[in-house]
Amino acid sequence: MTAEIITLRKVSKVYGSGESAVRALDSVSLSVRERDFVAVMGPSGSGKSTLMHILGCLDVPSSGDYFFAGEDVAQMGETELARIRNRRIGFVFQQFHLLPSMSAWRNVELPLLYRSTTGRRERALRALDEVGLANRVDHRPNQLSGGQQQRVAIARALVTEPTLILADEPTGNLDSQSSKDVLALLRSLNEAGHTVVLITHDAGVASVAGRVVEMSDGTLRERAAA
Amino acid sequence: MNLLRTFDTGFRGLLGHRLRSVLTTLGILFGVAAVICTVGIGQASTDSVQARIAALGTNLLTVTPGSTVSAGVNGGSGSATSLSMQDVSGLSDSYDAPDIEAVAPVVSGRGSLVSTASNWSTTVQGSTPAWLVTNARSMGSGSFFSDHDVQHHAQVMVLGATTALELGAGVGDIVTVNGIPFTVDGILASSGGQGFTNGDDLAVVPITTAQDDITGGSANSVQRILLSATSTDTIGSAYQEADALLLATHHIDTPADADFTITAQSSLQSTAESVTTTLTILLASVAAISLLVGGIGVMNSMLVSVTGRTREIGLRKALGATPGDLMRQFLIEAATLSFVGGVLGVGAALLAAWLIPRFTGISVTLTPAPIIIAVTVAAGVGLIFGVYPAARAARLAPIDALRAE
Repeated sequence: MTAEIITLRKVSKVYGSGESAVRALDSVSLSVRERDFVAVMGPSGSGKSTLMHILGCLDVPSSGDYFFAGEDVAQMGETELARIRNRRIGFVFQQFHLLPSMSAWRNVELPLLYRSTTGRRERALRALDEVGLANRVDHRPNQLSGGQQQRVAIARALVTEPTLILADEPTGNLDSQSSKDVLALLRSLNEAGHTVVLITHDAGVASVAGRVVEMSDGTLRERAAA
Repeated sequence: MNLLRTFDTGFRGLLGHRLRSVLTTLGILFGVAAVICTVGIGQASTDSVQARIAALGTNLLTVTPGSTVSAGVNGGSGSATSLSMQDVSGLSDSYDAPDIEAVAPVVSGRGSLVSTASNWSTTVQGSTPAWLVTNARSMGSGSFFSDHDVQHHAQVMVLGATTALELGAGVGDIVTVNGIPFTVDGILASSGGQGFTNGDDLAVVPITTAQDDITGGSANSVQRILLSATSTDTIGSAYQEADALLLATHHIDTPADADFTITAQSSLQSTAESVTTTLTILLASVAAISLLVGGIGVMNSMLVSVTGRTREIGLRKALGATPGDLMRQFLIEAATLSFVGGVLGVGAALLAAWLIPRFTGISVTLTPAPIIIAVTVAAGVGLIFGVYPAARAARLAPIDALRAE
């Protein structure tokens, strides 16, 4: 029996108020266990981005409970949430979000700057090695291909040894070969013991995950494993 | 995040945006330098105008005769010969005119001066030793002739600096005026004043000698009487005393009929004061405008620089930076740019203050106040507009900041 990392209980998120209120999440419950590889699938507007923000502690639910590795995230203030994001979650974004002025390893080092750690360069280099970019550490993002940039972003997510890797449409801006590489990388990270939550609208991408849940109109539905 | 690493991150942020950092620094640099230079130039002009006015003398009065009217033609001020040596001795009376310090009668004419080296034509004034005081002049070398010389019609002279230079004459040399030899007793220090007559091109001889040999005319009549009040403050009462005394000795009952005019140089003083006030206002407005322009430049470059980094702020937040971390980072960045820009701006201003007089002849006076104010305002504006947009971005939800364009 593995530990439960994510526990969402009847979580709702409402944007706006009164007549114009939009219920982006409607009483969603979800649990993710350690070493899971879960894909959240759904068309745009289904609420999957909102779910990702809440899972990633980038936003807090309007109602319901959210426990992350046993901590009650729904009640946390901004500084506490920043700490959780820094220690516990590795983000992979569709747009990569690398800082263009910094070399690959400086980008990977970024999250380590917001905690007290020594040997930051060594850790950054090790993470880049894990994603197969040991020979690109001093390259700037604009000197790297899209696939390589996304691998730098994955190394940045890994470097903090997070409890959860949260990937939001990680292949949305990549060609099919790079997409395959990135998905294979996420798959192998999962096999190496990382917990991964993948958010996508693409059934093909979702199929690499061991478990798929579907979002539609703010509600969540488990899909039977294929 | 500890302080050292915050500094490291801040500097790395600056180095990562080299062009932006350089442009922002330049904005602050030019803002500061422009303020310091414009105020410096304004200050120098103010000083120079005030010095020129002061050099004209501000406690002096001049008495000139009234006008002659012959056959309906008004000869103009000074054409009558109504002033006499009796007026001079009357005005010199320290009981009747306690606020008048010195009285000098003046006659003048043109003379052709010849030295062993050269010749020069100029104004020759006849007067008494009081001439020096009533013209607010001083000696450059040698000495002024004495009362004894005046009594004995001595053939001695004092030259203006320009005249002495043109004649190539020094103290002790002989210079002839219209063929009559004079010994040069002294040479006046340069007047520095830029009046309508050149105060440095003249010769002064004893009034008695002048009347004998140069101007001719009655030994009793004088063309002008120069007065100096005991101080700038007593010039008003000195004026009153001179006016009353001359009206009485000339037996004139109604002041409107006076056959003389007293010109107070104190009108110069009030002019000087209003000029100074105007210049101060001008200077302050120039400084305020350049501060405003400089400040807006700094504000723009800072706003653009920080607003363009909203996504970076969002990313750093997503990766675990707290609002405090971000505030410190941008504070350090803004403070560094402001400081470096300010210091370089002062440097540029000093360089300009050194170069401008060499190439344009415009002088620049640097005083500490504008330097301090310019640096403080530029750095303050830089800090506020470097940190305020960062603080706003740091308050955004990270996801909104990440999506910013």
